[in-house]
Amino acid sequence: MGDLFVIVVSAILVNNFVLARFLGLCPFMGVTKKVDTAVGMGAAVTFVMTVAAIVTWVIQYFILMPFGIEYLQTIAFILVIASLVQLVEMVIQKTSPVLYQSLGIFLPLITTNCAVLGLAVLNIQTGYSFLESILFAIAAAVGFTLAMVLMAGIRERVELAPVPKCFQGLPIAFITAGLLSLAFMGFAGLVKG
Amino acid sequence: MISAVISLGGIGLGAAIILGLAAKKFAVEVDPKEEAILEVLPGANCGACGYPGCGGFAKAVVAGEADPSSCTPGGKSVLEKIAEIMGVEAVAAEPTVAVVICQGDNQKAQDKYRYLGIKTCASAQMLAGGPKACPGGCLGFGDCVAACPFGAIEITAEGLAVIDREKCTGCKKCVSVCPRKVIIMTPKSATVHVLCNSHDKGPAVKKYCQVGCIGCMLCKKNAEEVYAVDNFLAHVTYDTYDHEKAKAGMEKCPTKCIRDFAEGYPEGSTFQS
Repeated sequence: MGDLFVIVVSAILVNNFVLARFLGLCPFMGVTKKVDTAVGMGAAVTFVMTVAAIVTWVIQYFILMPFGIEYLQTIAFILVIASLVQLVEMVIQKTSPVLYQSLGIFLPLITTNCAVLGLAVLNIQTGYSFLESILFAIAAAVGFTLAMVLMAGIRERVELAPVPKCFQGLPIAFITAGLLSLAFMGFAGLVKG
Repeated sequence: MISAVISLGGIGLGAAIILGLAAKKFAVEVDPKEEAILEVLPGANCGACGYPGCGGFAKAVVAGEADPSSCTPGGKSVLEKIAEIMGVEAVAAEPTVAVVICQGDNQKAQDKYRYLGIKTCASAQMLAGGPKACPGGCLGFGDCVAACPFGAIEITAEGLAVIDREKCTGCKKCVSVCPRKVIIMTPKSATVHVLCNSHDKGPAVKKYCQVGCIGCMLCKKNAEEVYAVDNFLAHVTYDTYDHEKAKAGMEKCPTKCIRDFAEGYPEGSTFQS
């Protein structure tokens, strides 16, 4: 039980996928203009990460390792993630055209998002069991969503603030991301590893 | 080796089957009218209609939000085809063309420094507002030429951008790309234009340009309804355009900054009226 708790806290706060591991920066900078789209993106990524963790774990331990073809890990994982994202895209387009429009190009970009692939690979590298992998995936996704929502909230407010002309737009967003990352460093040492 | 091929192929096949089924289940209804309209559009994705590309425009027309005449590059023929598909009457909007309101090429206008940087208008403009002494004049590096999807713009040998009124479809891409904002949209029927974009006072303009507007207001005094002078710069009021009156005002201009494009394009241009 303690182990599972450590995994969760570590993934959400200490080793936050966006702010500490610097994975998934593309949607982090691109979809955080509004809190609504950030939440929508976070939800999509949560689904993709969880299912990807399950499927990739199964593929690694029941197909890749038994046949001795671990070197195909990257390709196989990307294949799975790409299909999953395509599925999510279809579902979102059908169920919420508004969300589909606002996410725009960033939805298919989850495919090549290093956060999802990173999660799948980390699961294998750290040697998590099936249940631990799923938990890690959910926690990582929650951490990702948390970082996105925080960033979106800040950016919405910065939109209305008197920012110097040369910093307006992306520059101040990057500075904000850096400051947010610094803040999250405060969680270092909260859990061992 | 074989196991690699089989396993990866198997995963791919499995994913394909699942996606195929999902595609059927989650299919989104697309109105056949949308496809039909997309077929007849020019396909330049220029955005003149105000929608994201031809696809966005087709969608908006079917939804009843877009006015079919917004497709300025398509012109009358496309408008009629869309009207036929949608089953409505075709009401054409006044065609507009872009005009570069400047005649200050290298021979006529002075530079304030020699520019040796990247030869684009955007880059030049970033360096202390561009090499031209005139704050509003055309820089002549051709960002507009690159942006025009219809090849309607040329840079003369003396470094002035000129737009071919016959080729221009009114898509407005050049207007958005020009850092000087020296390109304006005008109704195609109006051929007389004040070719100056500088709000500086007369003496200052005379120093750096032979054909700049000095704000003397002689054009307005002779043709009250057609010209307006705003902060030492005259312009034609296209809403109240009258060709004869516009020409009358044009005759009186001391610096010859007003031109009738029906009589000829600016000096150096290869276009024929």
